[in-house]
Amino acid sequence: MQRDHIWWQTARVVVLGGFLAFAIFPLYWIVITSLKGQKEIFSLPIRYWPDEVTLLNYVEIFRISHFQVYIWNSFLVSLFASALVVVIAMLGGYVLARFSFRGKREVMFGFLVTQMIPIFIGMAPLYVMMSKMHILNSLFSLILIYTVMLIPFCTIIMSGFFQRIPNALEEAAMMDGCSRISALFRVIVPIMLPGIAATFIFAFVQCWNELIMAVLFIDEESVKTIPVAMNAFIKKYDIEWGAMSAATVLSVIPTMLLFAFCQKYLVEGLTQGAVKG
Amino acid sequence: MQTEKPIVVTKEPFVSPPKKPFRLSKEGAFICLCLLPAVLFVGIFTYYPLLRGIIMSFQNYTLFNLLDVRFIGLDNFFAVLTSPEFPRVALNSFYWVAVSLFFQLLFGFALALFMRRRFRGRGIYQAFVFFPWAMSGFLIGLIWRWMFNAQFGVINDLLVKSGLIAAPIPFLADGKWALAAVIIANIWYGVAFFAIMILAALQSIPEELYEAAAMDGAGRIQQFWSVTLPYILPTMLVTILLRVIWILNFPDIIYAMTNGGPAGSTHIFATYMIDKVIFGQDYGQASAVGVIIVLLLLVFTVFYVKATRMEKGGDF
Repeated sequence: MQRDHIWWQTARVVVLGGFLAFAIFPLYWIVITSLKGQKEIFSLPIRYWPDEVTLLNYVEIFRISHFQVYIWNSFLVSLFASALVVVIAMLGGYVLARFSFRGKREVMFGFLVTQMIPIFIGMAPLYVMMSKMHILNSLFSLILIYTVMLIPFCTIIMSGFFQRIPNALEEAAMMDGCSRISALFRVIVPIMLPGIAATFIFAFVQCWNELIMAVLFIDEESVKTIPVAMNAFIKKYDIEWGAMSAATVLSVIPTMLLFAFCQKYLVEGLTQGAVKG
Repeated sequence: MQTEKPIVVTKEPFVSPPKKPFRLSKEGAFICLCLLPAVLFVGIFTYYPLLRGIIMSFQNYTLFNLLDVRFIGLDNFFAVLTSPEFPRVALNSFYWVAVSLFFQLLFGFALALFMRRRFRGRGIYQAFVFFPWAMSGFLIGLIWRWMFNAQFGVINDLLVKSGLIAAPIPFLADGKWALAAVIIANIWYGVAFFAIMILAALQSIPEELYEAAAMDGAGRIQQFWSVTLPYILPTMLVTILLRVIWILNFPDIIYAMTNGGPAGSTHIFATYMIDKVIFGQDYGQASAVGVIIVLLLLVFTVFYVKATRMEKGGDF
């Protein structure tokens, strides 16, 4: 290691500090807004710390909307879709990592291409399909479409995880009389658990955050997810910023917890997968 | 674990009987079974709508008149390309991608360079700085919309206090500023992604390369040009390409901040298209916009790969 110049160290502190401020400030601001009273939000001069901390905005969002329903819907959709994705991606990723067979290149290419084309071209036909299947305005439509949207990326990532596990492990298990599938679940899956968890959480967060498809497929109150409901609120002329900031904070918290929990694995897994893909 | 059965039971020989040439081996059956769900789902709900959308772009397909669906050649494309808002949408899309990408890359690169060396609390630092990447575009748009608020927005407050502007600017209601505002929000979101990818690439550079360069008397700046940059260039080129595609197809922030307004001044292709699907209900024209996006991306990708000689790098 080389010694650092003093100006280099200073530059480093300034740059890193600057980025931290830049990254955190919007989050800080929305939290602060959510803790201000209605009057204080719309009064000048702007306060950078609330005069009086209050949770009224959080009460308000549950009063003016069925926010608990939206949270539950978002949770259900994200949970089922990401569980489904993980299982499907695991099977597909395993095969892509372990076997060479005719059509493998085509399948990989087919998955990669879906990452490059905008899903919006298929938006209108998808809407027509969903309507013919009579699943518009149902959570099922979202579970289905989110699963589909996440399969290619997660399969590629999973295949990367499998490639890092030596083949010898399951071969040994199969020698001992395991079938391939039970070798997969008894031997490989336990080792891969961190990677599987990272993929699951990645998928969960993606579903939790998705807006456009949800807006397209859902407009009934009882099946709205959080983004759909909030979107309906901000499309009105007057936005109730107090309630909206509280809703924002509430819907960011799960993401934040999940991200903090597995940020290291997530970043590692995704960069590995994407670089080697 | 229903899938277990067929594989255990089928104990056929590897050589297929002559009468059934398409009989799968045990391994082949396993491969098919495992890949089937993924391929089926993606085929039915991604590729089919995609092809259908391409067909739709040549059809008269509006929700007002579903009985009169017929092929109309290139009419949808002419209608879109000659519509008065199209030049603006195209130009906006260009700025949206180019300016966002430039600053995301610049900041992401700087951040990664300074984060490469270990320091106390790097894990926590990383969690905070990378967090925007895990947030939803919609919420990011909402937060920045509030911060850019004309009267009670914190950005106006800071700018006025620091003396940069004399009076608050209604950023999102002013066609001159709205695009800049949504791009700033997008930069905030995207820095983390570049930082993550570049940091991973930087950390894979063997320390010996730097030691060797230092022995040869290379200073820090020379080391950057002769070791760091060449080593991470392939990763950067791939990341840039993926990001161009991704940013162009990313409507969420604009949708939440301005919804394309005021007066269409912040529409990009993606939001313009969503507008046509959700409000215009002209699926033919909407699909034509989609096909135009794909054609543009295709041309760009071919030129990009040629220009950067990425195919020789083989890092894809």
